[in-house]
Amino acid sequence: MTIQFNDETFTGDYTFRNSPRAIRRFPFPFHEDSYMYAVNLEPHLPGPKGSAFEHRFDVDEHYLSEMKDRARVLADDPLRCQSLPHMDLAGWDTLELIMTSKAEDYPDLFELHRDGDRWRWINRPMGIDDTFTFLDKTTLPYGPLEYITRQTQGDYAILDQRENDLWMDAGMVTTQADWSLDFDIGMSFMQWHAPVPLAHQLGVFDRALKFLLNLQQGAPVRRLNWTMTVNPNLDTSPENYHKWGPEKTTLTPENVGQKQHLRVELQTLWRLPRSNAMLFPIRGYLIRLEDIVTVPKWGRRLHRVLRDLPVELATYKGFIRNRPMIVEYLSQFDDGAPTSPGCFPD
Amino acid sequence: MSAGTSKIAVRVADVIKVNDLVTRFRFVRRDGREMPTFSGGAHTVVEMKDGDRTRLNPYSLMSDPADRSAYSISVRRDDVGRGGSLFMHQKVKPGDEMVISYPVNLFSLDLRASKHLMLAGGIGITPFLAQIKQLGHAGGNFELHYSVRTAALGSYVDELTAAHPDRVHVYYDDRKQAIDLARLLDGQPLGTHIYVCGPKGMIDWVHKTARAHGWPESAVHSEEFLAPQSGKPFSVELARSAKTITVGEHESLLEAIEAAGVEAPYLCRGGACGQCETDVLAHEGTFIHNDHWLTEDQRKGCKKIMPCVSRFDGRRLVLDR
Repeated sequence: MTIQFNDETFTGDYTFRNSPRAIRRFPFPFHEDSYMYAVNLEPHLPGPKGSAFEHRFDVDEHYLSEMKDRARVLADDPLRCQSLPHMDLAGWDTLELIMTSKAEDYPDLFELHRDGDRWRWINRPMGIDDTFTFLDKTTLPYGPLEYITRQTQGDYAILDQRENDLWMDAGMVTTQADWSLDFDIGMSFMQWHAPVPLAHQLGVFDRALKFLLNLQQGAPVRRLNWTMTVNPNLDTSPENYHKWGPEKTTLTPENVGQKQHLRVELQTLWRLPRSNAMLFPIRGYLIRLEDIVTVPKWGRRLHRVLRDLPVELATYKGFIRNRPMIVEYLSQFDDGAPTSPGCFPD
Repeated sequence: MSAGTSKIAVRVADVIKVNDLVTRFRFVRRDGREMPTFSGGAHTVVEMKDGDRTRLNPYSLMSDPADRSAYSISVRRDDVGRGGSLFMHQKVKPGDEMVISYPVNLFSLDLRASKHLMLAGGIGITPFLAQIKQLGHAGGNFELHYSVRTAALGSYVDELTAAHPDRVHVYYDDRKQAIDLARLLDGQPLGTHIYVCGPKGMIDWVHKTARAHGWPESAVHSEEFLAPQSGKPFSVELARSAKTITVGEHESLLEAIEAAGVEAPYLCRGGACGQCETDVLAHEGTFIHNDHWLTEDQRKGCKKIMPCVSRFDGRRLVLDR
């Protein structure tokens, strides 16, 4: 398998594009014509060949450009990557999990050679060939978490498990849907989820926490989450709201198909073996509305989901002001025909 | 929905008698690959095929978490229990093929601690053996106080005192030695966490004493596996699967559910993790709750049971399973 990596931007001139192949493999999140919060977790087992679920950590055509964007965001704001002192071991767990997974799943792109604690890591797309001592952070240019997540798409939260609760004690967060690691660091599970509407009343978080506390090594799980983003901007952070928030007002009926993006997060959860902490990768995918509607089932379904979504959710997800325009645009692609069950294209 | 329980096919590499009561078992993978790394304090659930029944018992992993060639457990023989430990002692031989679960940790170190103060009683030493090896690699600060009945029954005393002469303190019951807990708690640096594993009485004593000395609950960690208790047989209706089963004298409710071919979630099988919590639809009789999970209110409500360790005495019990 060879991936042709795009050279594109997620800011300024926004040259981000999805190839036809990337559109077909987009992890469309709606399995039916409506949406409500649920504990929608399933085992993170290898999915269909070529899909975003095929491998443990998906690498796609946006890899190199996303890594450049991450380096740019970190240069402006180093607090996007933090790790409390007791989370070092979990950082090494993360590095080990990602390196071993990528080397097995993409042998043409990544190699890991281990001789006891002496490890050699080759990242061909990024031109990296480093030799270091496992568990000795003086032998790496960054801490283990920052080192490996500067080379891996998606955001990463690491949750420590104590007192029957999970605590957000480390992370790398540069591609977030309007939440802040610097604000959430050290918070418990219920504290960092406090702003989410409706789901608390449904008991979603009580059940999710209970499930996650028992998550087992060797049995990772996944779920999809989604929101709406104007322009293909990965860094929709509270820190930079003054930059991307006003862009919501630039939407017109003429440009909505190009500028409005569906943003989907492929979230996975892994019990880390050495630290007993939990790794929470949040991998974001962006797609323009005009690309979604090239899959007729998705065009019909997205129209129905967004049209019928409760006001609280449209507000929380930040697109309430543009919802009428979005729904009007999508309605052109909904002929009222029934849709087949499941998320994949027909 | 239940957390998946991944399993590992193993071969018994060694069976080594440690003393009159304790035997050590070493497992290697049948596929020749490496064992997963784990964190000190983790246990594995060992499946025992004993004739036509299967027992699943949890045992703490005592080997070095960094050693991926094998896992070791130590099993204390219990002559009046339900037979799991007797099976391990009498039937399991080197070369046998068995199945064990991936490691699960319900007794993890709090890695924020400035010092780890460990209190072990008898076979409760096993999780500390792995934790001490883990902390040893990382230069962690720990101190072990280990209470045993006699020198002859002091499992791993020699290797612990040889490796860590300044950090390991052993107390012998037959010499009337006992841990002076009050004094010990008094002299600890700020940020110390306490860990206790041993008989129920010891665990309660440590929690109570620490509380009386003003220690926060969150700094006192304990692990007590409850072996499922034997008891009178009773019958149960499983409403969702439309089956009626009988729970035998030496069988747990969970084992009887599984033997009937009904899938039920579980993790620790010791009444601690909460995974097997089951809804009670109807009952006429008395619950014998043996778990650490349900609250006092939940027990009074009679709407929940933990089938891994709890039983029932009465005319009728209907479960949502």
